[in-house]
Amino acid sequence: MSAAPPHIKGGIGQSILRKEDARFVRGKGNYVDDVKLPGMLYLDITRSPYAHAKITAIRTERALKVPGVLAVITGKDLEAAGLAWMPTLMSDKQMVLPTDTVMYQAQEVAAVVADSRYAAADGAAAVEVDYEPLPVVTDPFKALEPGAPVIRTDRSEKSNHIWHWETGDKSGTDQLLTSSPVRVEQDLYIPRIHVSSMETCGCVAHMDSVTGRFTIYMTTQAPHAIRTVFALVAGLPEQNIRVISPDIGGGFGGKVPVYPGYVLAAVASIKTGHPVKWIEDRSENLQADSFARDYHIHAEVGATADGKVTALRVKTLADHGYTDAAANPSKFPAGLFHIITGSYPFAKAFVEVDAAYTNKPPGGIAYRCSFRVTEAVYTIERMMDILAHRLKIDPAEFRLKNFIPPEAFPYSSALGWTYDSGNYAGALQKAMQIIDYAGLRREQAEKRRRGELMGIGISSFTEIVGAGPSEKFDILGIKMFDSAEVRIHPTGKVIARFGTKSQGQGHETTYAQILAEELGIPADDIRVEEGDTDTAPYGLGTYASRSTPTAGAAAAVAARRIREKAQKIAAHLLEVSPDDVEWKDYAFRVKGVPSKSKTMQEVAFAAYTNHPRGIESGLEAVDYYDPPNMTYPFGSYICVVDIDKETGQIHVRRFVAVDDCGTIINPMIVDGQIHGGLTMGFAPALLEEIQYDENGNIRGGSFTDYLLPSAVETPKWETAKTVTPSPHHPIGAKGVGESATVGAPPAIVNAIVDALQPYGVEHIDIPVHPWKVWQILHGAEAKAK
Amino acid sequence: MSAAAHAVSPAASLTSAGGTNARIRVTVNGQAVVAEIEPRTLLVHFLREVLGLTGTHIGCDTSHCGACTVLLDGKAVKSCTVLAVQTDGREVRTVESLEVGGKLSPVQEAFIECHGLQCGFCTPGMMMSATALLAKTANPTEAEIRDAIRGNLCRCTGYVNIVKAIQSAGQKMQSAAGTGGKA
Repeated sequence: MSAAPPHIKGGIGQSILRKEDARFVRGKGNYVDDVKLPGMLYLDITRSPYAHAKITAIRTERALKVPGVLAVITGKDLEAAGLAWMPTLMSDKQMVLPTDTVMYQAQEVAAVVADSRYAAADGAAAVEVDYEPLPVVTDPFKALEPGAPVIRTDRSEKSNHIWHWETGDKSGTDQLLTSSPVRVEQDLYIPRIHVSSMETCGCVAHMDSVTGRFTIYMTTQAPHAIRTVFALVAGLPEQNIRVISPDIGGGFGGKVPVYPGYVLAAVASIKTGHPVKWIEDRSENLQADSFARDYHIHAEVGATADGKVTALRVKTLADHGYTDAAANPSKFPAGLFHIITGSYPFAKAFVEVDAAYTNKPPGGIAYRCSFRVTEAVYTIERMMDILAHRLKIDPAEFRLKNFIPPEAFPYSSALGWTYDSGNYAGALQKAMQIIDYAGLRREQAEKRRRGELMGIGISSFTEIVGAGPSEKFDILGIKMFDSAEVRIHPTGKVIARFGTKSQGQGHETTYAQILAEELGIPADDIRVEEGDTDTAPYGLGTYASRSTPTAGAAAAVAARRIREKAQKIAAHLLEVSPDDVEWKDYAFRVKGVPSKSKTMQEVAFAAYTNHPRGIESGLEAVDYYDPPNMTYPFGSYICVVDIDKETGQIHVRRFVAVDDCGTIINPMIVDGQIHGGLTMGFAPALLEEIQYDENGNIRGGSFTDYLLPSAVETPKWETAKTVTPSPHHPIGAKGVGESATVGAPPAIVNAIVDALQPYGVEHIDIPVHPWKVWQILHGAEAKAK
Repeated sequence: MSAAAHAVSPAASLTSAGGTNARIRVTVNGQAVVAEIEPRTLLVHFLREVLGLTGTHIGCDTSHCGACTVLLDGKAVKSCTVLAVQTDGREVRTVESLEVGGKLSPVQEAFIECHGLQCGFCTPGMMMSATALLAKTANPTEAEIRDAIRGNLCRCTGYVNIVKAIQSAGQKMQSAAGTGGKA
C-alpha cells in the first residue's frame, strides 16, 4: 500500500470550508449599515427628476423645519469649499453636487442631515428645487452629430466627444481584410447594465475634530486607493485618514468608484463633528451608481477560403454618460478591450473606440469583469459563430481548427498581449465530451425536421486578468501591485494582512490555504485580515480578478522569504550548516537525513526564544508584488437551449462550463465563483438592461423592471476543469472570479441564434427577451403567408 | 450648509418628536419586547435599529430581494414590507434565533457545508425562507426549493449550492427526526 502524498491541513487544492461563514450564517457579519457610532447622524439625498436641466432655485426652509433635520448641503455650499466637483479615475471630473445644472436623472442635488434615518428622508423630500429643462441627449450617435446640445459646457472642447483610442496595425489590417476571400461583419450592441450587489453602497464617516482623525467605514473594493484619493482631493493628512472596508455584500466593480454620497457624508461629519451615516436605497443604487458596458460595436472578420481567421477590425462607440468615470487603469481608456482577438491567431488586427457624453449617469465600470474584457469576448465569440456559419463549418470544428495551439505559448497577440499559457482545444474537447456534442447535433437535426427549435452554442473565451505589471498599469499614477504581510507568532500561529478586499470571494480561506501550503502551518492556524488601512499593507484592492494573481502571489513570496530566514534558525536548532538543510514535505530537514527535522512551528518559537546571534528576532515578511505579466484564464462553455415557438420563451436546458484558471486553490470556492459568474453572464444575455427614454427617464430603476435572475430562472450549472498553470505566478494560479460572467453571454446567444437558423437569423442583441424571439418567429410566419 | 434653527439632540431611536408613538408588545426570538415606536416604523428598521438585531439585512426596500426575510408567526415575510405595529401580539423570529445553545441549526450547518453563501448578505433571509419551507415540507423537491426561494435574490452563488444546502438541511432534519428528534 502506497502512502498518501504528504499534505498540510488546509493546503492548496483542498475544498476546506470557509472561515468567514461562521459569522455570516449567524447574522453576525459586520456590514457598513451595521456600524453604529455614538451620536451618529443620518444623511439622505434629494435627487433630480430631470435628465438635463438648469437649477434656478433651491429652497431649504421647509426641509430645515422637519423635526430631526439638522442641516441641508447644496452645491453652492460645496463650491465655497472647492468640493462641488471631484476628479474621476480617468482624468475627467464629476459633480459631488451641482451648482447650476443637472446632467442625468436621479443626480444628487442636495443632502439632508438629520438625527434619524426617517427624518433625513423626510427632509430630503422637503427640499424644493426649481428646474428649467434643457434638451436631452441619450443616444451617443446623436450626441456626436453636429449641432447636438453640448452636455459638458464646463469643458473647453464644445462637443460631446470625449476621446479617441486606437491600437493595432490599421493599414496592415485593412489590406489583409480586403484580400481575405471570406469576410463577415456585424453590428453588436452591449447594453447598459448594473451590478446590483445585494448590499447597496454606503458609509459612516467620522471626523474627530479634536484629534483630526478621519475614519470612514465604507463599501469599497479598494480601501487604500480611497485613502490616498481622500488625502489628495480633500487635502486631509493621509496619516489621519483611516478607511475601513468591513464585510462587503458583493462588489462586482460597483464599489470601486467614489460616489457623491461618500463625499457628502464626509463633509457633513466635518461640519457637524458627528459621525454621519449614508446608505443608499435600492432605487438610488440602480439609478445613479456607475453602470457597465454600453458599447456600440461594429466588427469585421476575415478568413481564408478554407476557414482560417486572418484579420479583425473593430470600431466602437462607447456611451460614458455625463462624465468619463470609468474604473480603468489610467493608460487604458477602453480598458483591456484589445484582448478581442481572443483564442485565435489573427495575423492582423485594429481596434478603435470613441467615447461620447450623454445625459446618463457615469458608465464604464466593470460588471464582474476585468476592464471591458466581457465586451471583447462577446464580440469575438459572436463573430466566430457568424464566420463559421458563413463558411458552413460546425462552430466547434471551426474553433478547433483555428485555436492558438498549446505549443505557441507564450503567445504574442496581434494587439500586443503576451498570453502566458493555454490549451484551448483541451477545454473545448472536454466540454464537448461532457455534454455529448455529437449526440446533441443529431438530436437537433431530428428536431429541425419536426420543426422544433433547439440550439447549441459555444464560447471559447480567453480572459486577461491580474492587473498588473507596473510599467503599464497604474490608477491615478499608483502602480497596480498588491501586497501581503505575514507574521508568525511564537506559538506558530499566523496573522496575515493583505491590500485587497474580499466582497464574498473567500479570501480569508484561500489566502490561508496558500500560506498553509508555503509555511507548513495548518490553515486553521492562519488568520487573514483585509480592509483596514491602518493595519493592512498598501494595495490596490479587489476587482478585475486581480486578488489571486497579485496578493495571492505576494502571500507565496512573503512566505518563501520567511522560509529563507527560518532555514537559518532551523540549521541552528539542528546543529548543521544552513546549506545542509532543505524545506521538504512541510518541514526543514537535514539533507539525506529527512527524519532529522524541525517544523515551522518549532522554528517560530525559536525565532523569539532561541535564535542564533546575528539573526534578528521574530519571523515575518511583507511583499509588494509587481506581476511580471497578466494572467490569461480561459475555458469553453457549451449551452443548449430550447425555444417555445408559440411564446418565444427560451429555456436553457443544459450549460456545461469547462474552466481553466491554472492552479486551483480551493475547488469548492472555485466552483462557487463559477456558478455565480455564470448567473451574472446569464442575466445580461436574457434579462438585464437599463434603458432610457428620449427624455432621459430611466427604465429599469427598480427590481420591478431591472430583472435579476431568481432561483427559478437560473439554470442548473454543470462545471468541470482543466488545469494549465500560469508559468509566471508563484503558485501557477490565474484568478477565476469573472471568467464565467465573461464567457457565458456569447454561449447563450450563439445557442439562441443557432436555434433560429431556420429563420435566417445571424444575430440578436442582448438581452434576448422572448418578445424579440417572438417577433422573429411571428415575422417569418407572416412572410410565409 | 444651512443649519436648522431648532436644537435637536442626536438619537438613534425611531421615536417621533410629535408624541404620536405606538406601543407594541411583540415576542422576538422568544423574548417579550415592549417598545414605543413611530407608527410608520418598518419591521426591518425596528429589528435592526431599535433591537440591534443587524443580522436581518436591507437589500431593496421594495419587497423584491428578500434579504430582510424573517418569520412572523412561523411564516416567511419580508420585514421591509411589514410595519412593526403589525407585529403587535405576534411572534417574530430572525436569523439570530437559529443557533440554539451553541448549536447551529441544520440549515446553518448545511449552508456552510455546501458553500451556500459567499458575501453573506442575502444569507440570513435565504436561511429564514429555507427554515420556513422545511418546517412545512420535510423533503422538498428541487423545484419546490427553487420556488420557495424565488423571492430571495442572491447575486453571488447562482443558487446551485443554496439549493443543495436546503436539500441537505432537509435530510439532516429528517434523519434527526428518525432518531427521535434528538440531533
